[in-house]
Amino acid sequence: MPSEESPVATHVLEFPGGYTRTTGPVIGRFLTELRDRRLVGVRTAGGRVLVPPLEYDPDTGEPVTGEYVEVGPAGTVQAWAWVGSPRPGHPLDRPFAWALVKLDGADTALVHAVDAGSPKELRPGLRVRPRWRAATTGHITDIECFLPEVTSLVAPVRAEYRVMPGRALTRFLEGVRDGRFLGGRCAECAAVYVPYRVSCPACGSVVEEEVEVADTGTVTTYAINNLPDPRAPEVPFVSAYVLLDGADTPMIALIGGIPAHEVRQGMRVRAVWVPPEERTPSMTNVKWFEPTGEPDADLDDSIGGS
Amino acid sequence: MGNRCAVVGVGQTRYQTRRQDVSLAGLVREAALRALEDAGLTFADIDAVVIGKAPDLFEGVMMPEAYLADALGGAGKPVMRVHTAGSVGGSTALVGASLVQGGVHGRVLVVAFEKQSESNATWALSTHLPFNASLVVGAGGYFAPHIREYMRRSGAPDHIGTLVAVKDRLNALKNPYAHLRIPGISREMVESTPMLWEPIRYLETCPSSDGACAIVLAAEDKVTGTPAWIHGTAMRSEPIMLAGRDVVSPRAGRDCAADVYRQAGVTDPRREIDVAEVYVPFSWYEPMWLENLGFAAEGEGWKLTEAGCTALDGDTPWNASGGVLSSNPIGASGLIRFAEAALQVRGTAGEHQVEGVRLALGHAYGGGAQFFAMWIVGSSKP
Repeated sequence: MPSEESPVATHVLEFPGGYTRTTGPVIGRFLTELRDRRLVGVRTAGGRVLVPPLEYDPDTGEPVTGEYVEVGPAGTVQAWAWVGSPRPGHPLDRPFAWALVKLDGADTALVHAVDAGSPKELRPGLRVRPRWRAATTGHITDIECFLPEVTSLVAPVRAEYRVMPGRALTRFLEGVRDGRFLGGRCAECAAVYVPYRVSCPACGSVVEEEVEVADTGTVTTYAINNLPDPRAPEVPFVSAYVLLDGADTPMIALIGGIPAHEVRQGMRVRAVWVPPEERTPSMTNVKWFEPTGEPDADLDDSIGGS
Repeated sequence: MGNRCAVVGVGQTRYQTRRQDVSLAGLVREAALRALEDAGLTFADIDAVVIGKAPDLFEGVMMPEAYLADALGGAGKPVMRVHTAGSVGGSTALVGASLVQGGVHGRVLVVAFEKQSESNATWALSTHLPFNASLVVGAGGYFAPHIREYMRRSGAPDHIGTLVAVKDRLNALKNPYAHLRIPGISREMVESTPMLWEPIRYLETCPSSDGACAIVLAAEDKVTGTPAWIHGTAMRSEPIMLAGRDVVSPRAGRDCAADVYRQAGVTDPRREIDVAEVYVPFSWYEPMWLENLGFAAEGEGWKLTEAGCTALDGDTPWNASGGVLSSNPIGASGLIRFAEAALQVRGTAGEHQVEGVRLALGHAYGGGAQFFAMWIVGSSKP
């Protein structure tokens, strides 16, 4: 380990103008075709197609045939290494993969950069195609990089409606605006439906009688929700079926004012209304239902637990 | 029940989280072409096509039946679409069967699919209409309270749901099409997963799958290949908001079962039905449906599960294929139940084949447990 006092100096070895490297006929053909935006390999005596081409069969040392075969331009990723922090000499200035790409028609793979955005996009068998540089010069970097083939597209769908609540729900929401729950009693079935509605789902009769039910009720059953959703209350939250006193159908409501794991089937609850000045004709007027402190109600199977 | 009708071809795709290699049309064609191949037929032999899938918001393709008609060889033929929420796969098979039983068509292609990976089912099922409080709960949040009420009423011990979750995934290991194939699945593994919608744990829930299923239905004089004969078909529904509605054991389900049993001459389903493919998207629905379908008395369903009666080697195997708990391309899930019942009576279910099956039940439910579709198929003519 050098001590802090050790002298340090930068030393650069750079042949002025760069080396002039001769390609020979085979690599030269490959690079010439590349300048024309074509990818070629060379066939070996054994029939394999080498890409990039060599002057010899690397397995046997025998010379290759003079047959050049156009391959690609698409290919398949065989293996890759993700480069999360590209260096100055790298082909891309954003994270990319060095990949072994086997071009269609080739029997060997070439190394090149794949611009895939995220390592999650890479997998063996990923289909890719070259992105060519605007000006080609006969260099492997004439291909700027390979890009995954198009396999999906984003299809935005948006429908915008003007929702009108209708006569029955409007009546119910008027009640909610005033801090009251309104229901309808079916003359045929004697059942009280909350929210108020104008036809009975059981017998089809017109519901004529409006009734007000209490803002207290019983939790018949519930779920503790632990999956966060930006549109839902903070987890864990309890969504419960609350059977209001005087109603025959439960409503799904949020339970508050009590830790989630202390909620019980049969628990007596009361609606907590937002202050009058904040009220609108909407169920958001009910902040939640909270325990009344009364003893739990006996649950009767006939209430359906729903 | 009308004219005799048989399933003569079944085709399924592998069910998985994302089928990114195919379009919607490619997905349904994969299942349809396999069903036709199984029946030894081509699109030219088909008289009508019936398509089923769950809500259009799942893929955001409105009226996909119009777009898919020609992909399914429907040009110049009657093509229709069925929609009964999660039970749609079953209802689609029954609509197809009715066209044959009614003498309208000789051969009908039935196809159901879902490509859940195109969006998010919880989003699509929780559209958050104005005027209501925002209480996004999805399907799990909707059904969890009903499961809790079943547990209270029946006094079933907590581990019953775990047993079903393990049993169905063990069966899935024998089904090459199943989505969830979890080596070493165990009670400990299920119990170690978090409660998503208490009392439902992560591994007590169905997956989100892409996939399609297809069947070819034929009239008696058009049968090719190995037929699975239809012995009974029934559908029922009920309103979601109904005073006194029993959501633990819905009346529509009980009535639907009674109807299909009557047609098939079944008086004791547990003894007479050799294998059942029942729509169980959350594990606790196995004991609940055991009771609703009359395989067990009220409050006793969990005892059959606990005793292993519904296992592949039990006396009344349920979901030998791994069921919805192992594969859930929603719109297709009901049709998969119906198709697997047909495979069982044909003796072509492969590694999850139950021996000596003569009668099999296919079952689907949907919406807020308010739509039911069932059929009974047999190895011999009704």
